[in-house]
Parts: sequence; C-alpha cells; structure tokens
Amino acid sequence: MADRSEIDALIDLMAKLPGLGPRSARRAVLHLIRKRGLLLQPLADSMAEVARTARECLNCGNVGTSDICAICADDRRATGLLCVVEDVADLWAMERSGVFKGRYHVLGGTLSALDAVGPEDLRIPKLLDRVAGEEITEVILALNATIDGQTTAHYIVDQLEGRVEITSLAQGVPIGGELDYLDDGTITAALNARKRM
Amino acid sequence: MEWRDTGILLSTRRHGETSAILEVFTESHGRHAGVLRGATSRKMAPLLQPGAELDVAWRARLEDHIGTYNVELKRSRAAQAMADRVTLAGLNALVAILGFTLPEREAHPDLYTRTTTLLELLRAPDLWPLAYLRWEMALLDEMGFGLDLTTCAATGRANDLSYVSPRTGRAVSRAGAGDWAPRLLPLPPVMLGAGEGGDAEVLEALGTTGHFLSSHLAASLGDKPVPPARALFLDRLARRARAGN
Repeated sequence: MADRSEIDALIDLMAKLPGLGPRSARRAVLHLIRKRGLLLQPLADSMAEVARTARECLNCGNVGTSDICAICADDRRATGLLCVVEDVADLWAMERSGVFKGRYHVLGGTLSALDAVGPEDLRIPKLLDRVAGEEITEVILALNATIDGQTTAHYIVDQLEGRVEITSLAQGVPIGGELDYLDDGTITAALNARKRM
Repeated sequence: MEWRDTGILLSTRRHGETSAILEVFTESHGRHAGVLRGATSRKMAPLLQPGAELDVAWRARLEDHIGTYNVELKRSRAAQAMADRVTLAGLNALVAILGFTLPEREAHPDLYTRTTTLLELLRAPDLWPLAYLRWEMALLDEMGFGLDLTTCAATGRANDLSYVSPRTGRAVSRAGAGDWAPRLLPLPPVMLGAGEGGDAEVLEALGTTGHFLSSHLAASLGDKPVPPARALFLDRLARRARAGN
C-alpha cells in the first residue's frame, strides 16, 4: 500500500519472523530505531551482506557464503565419516557439541507420504553420489526419532546397504532425564538399545 | 459443541507457528479433524506421532466448525513401529489408507477396534503383514466393497476356491474359472484363513485386495490414487520375502 510508512512495512516484515507477532515486531522495531547507530545500521549492513552472499553448499547442502562450505573445504575433516541430518539446524546442533569431526550431508527434509515428499525432492540422490564418489567408510544417520525421520533412515539404508557401513544415533533416555517423566515410547526405545556395563 | 473420545492419530499438519491440525480416527466420531494449540512445543510434538492412541476432547462453537482439540497421550506406537522396517512402512500405510478412505465424521466402531488390535501387533513384526491383510479385507468390507469368498460365483460350491472375480469380488473355483482363469485375481489360501501366511503369500493376497482398493474403492472416491505409502510397504515386504527365501 502506497500510503504506509517504511516503518510500518518494516514492522510487517519483522512480524513474519518465527517467534514474533505484530506486537513484538513493533517493540523490536522501536528498539532498533532507538539504537539506530548501535544496532539498526549494523543489522541492516549485515543482512544486506548475508542476502548477497548466502547460498547452499553444492556438496552437502549446508548454508554458507561460498559454493563449498567451510566444513566441506576443511581437509582435517576428511575422515571418511559422513553424518546425514535432516536440515541445517540439525547440522548446527551437531556442530555445537563439537564431538563430530567428519563431514555432513543435509537432506533438506524427510520423506513424507502425506505431503508427497519423495526421494527426488530431498538430497538423497546427491548422497548416493557422494558415497560412490568420495572415500566414505561410515554413514551416520542422525535423523529425528519420528515416524517420518525413521522412514527416511530406512529408505537410505535400503539404498546404501552393502556399499558402506551404516550407523544411526542411539535413542533413549536424555542426559538429565528422569524415567518417571519419560513417555512409554522412549522407555521402550531405551530398553531395546540397552548396553552392557 | 463438546465431546470426549479416544482415537488414533492419523496425521498432523502444521497450522501457524505453534498449532497443528490433527486428524484423528476416533472410536465414536470417526475421522475427525481439529486444531491443537501448542502442538509444536517440545513437550507435545514428540507425542504426536502417527498411530499414537490419544484421549481427545473436542470443542467448537458450531458443529461444522473445525474446532479445537485437547489431547492426552494414552499410548505411543512409534517406538514399536520404528524397531522394524516392515512394521514402520506398514504403520505409514495404515494411517495413509485410513486418511484416504474414511469419510469425515462418520463412526466406524468395528473398524476402530480392528485397527487398535492391528496396532497392538506392531510388537510382532513376523505376524504383522498377515494381520494387516485381514485388516485391509475388513476395511474393504466396511467401505462396502467386501469380498465374498464363501462360495464359487460360477458353480456355487465352497471347495477348490482359487480365484477372485476382479469385477464382483466373489470367489471362483478352479473348475468354475475355466478359460477365464488368466483374467481372474489370485485367491491365496491365506485369504480363506488357511495356509501358512508367509510373506510371499500375504504379498500375493495384498495384490488382490490392492485391486479392489484402487479400482473400486479409490474410484468411488473420485479416482484419487491410493497413497504411495501402501506401495512402499509392499516393497519392504517383498524385500523381506526375498531375503527369507
């Protein structure tokens, strides 16, 4: 609408961000305007720069500012381990732990019969190419413990079985978790995956 | 409007930032949708896996509104299903077929009971395909496309039943089939409650029921394609059958 001010337009855009509604967007915009030099201008510059440079890694699907992301370009990570995750947020979660030193492959979602998401809609063909073309010894399936996540995991196992070692993350009691508060499904999974002590 | 019931979760579709539209197959109200606020929360999201048995309370101002749900988990099936490739694919097929075939807000208590029984068997992956076959035959029956496998459509006899007519769903004996045999669908003994119920035999039987699902039931629903989850389940079962041989 032509008669709306730029500030209203900014509020409308901010209100579309996750976790923000119209009221919180107004507060955020007001805060930015008050801290124009300290926050608004650096934020605007940073967003413009990210908008110009952000892209998906052609190899793994991670988000970065170059065609090949920093993880794929890092020679120290060429360990033969490939961790398959559902989306970039999961990759970042794995990286926060600092434990995994291999490389990643981001699928970009999970198979879903209900939403008609098939293997070609995900980066599964690219995963198969990578396993065939790179010196990968183990594929770690770090997919969500949901019906869709595990359906996707089983599909990948079907495709890769016999070509490479395939492992998956354990499922069960979280660190700090109390049995009394766990649902029966988690307890079942934990019991099935019990280990010798 | 307000009611409380138990049901099986068929699907969740995200609605806005924190809510979801749940589709639940309830015992007394059939396939019924409703909005669940806070469905994407860390506490609630893990509980909302397809196949979960829920205690649901539905409320709306008018009956034809979509309404809102309050749900409490009674039993999770996800962990049992996820332990085995075939049962996981089977659970996907089950909820997809139910969502595909059941009319909205029409109670099917017998089918509901059969469905909960089938879900109970998720812990027995070896038996599950046979139980799924029986369930699918019951589903066809419930939807008005039941197979009549009591006597031969041609001779009226009850023995040597070997085929099913693809048009009428009636059994046909080997003698009654004659030259028509190649045009008829197979009737493996497992469909008559006999046989060993091995994966290969169940697969053959699911091919026959699949014909009635796609050519009769789906046709009556506006020729929508049968959900691909069923084909994936059959594929997994075929792999297991080959591996077992």
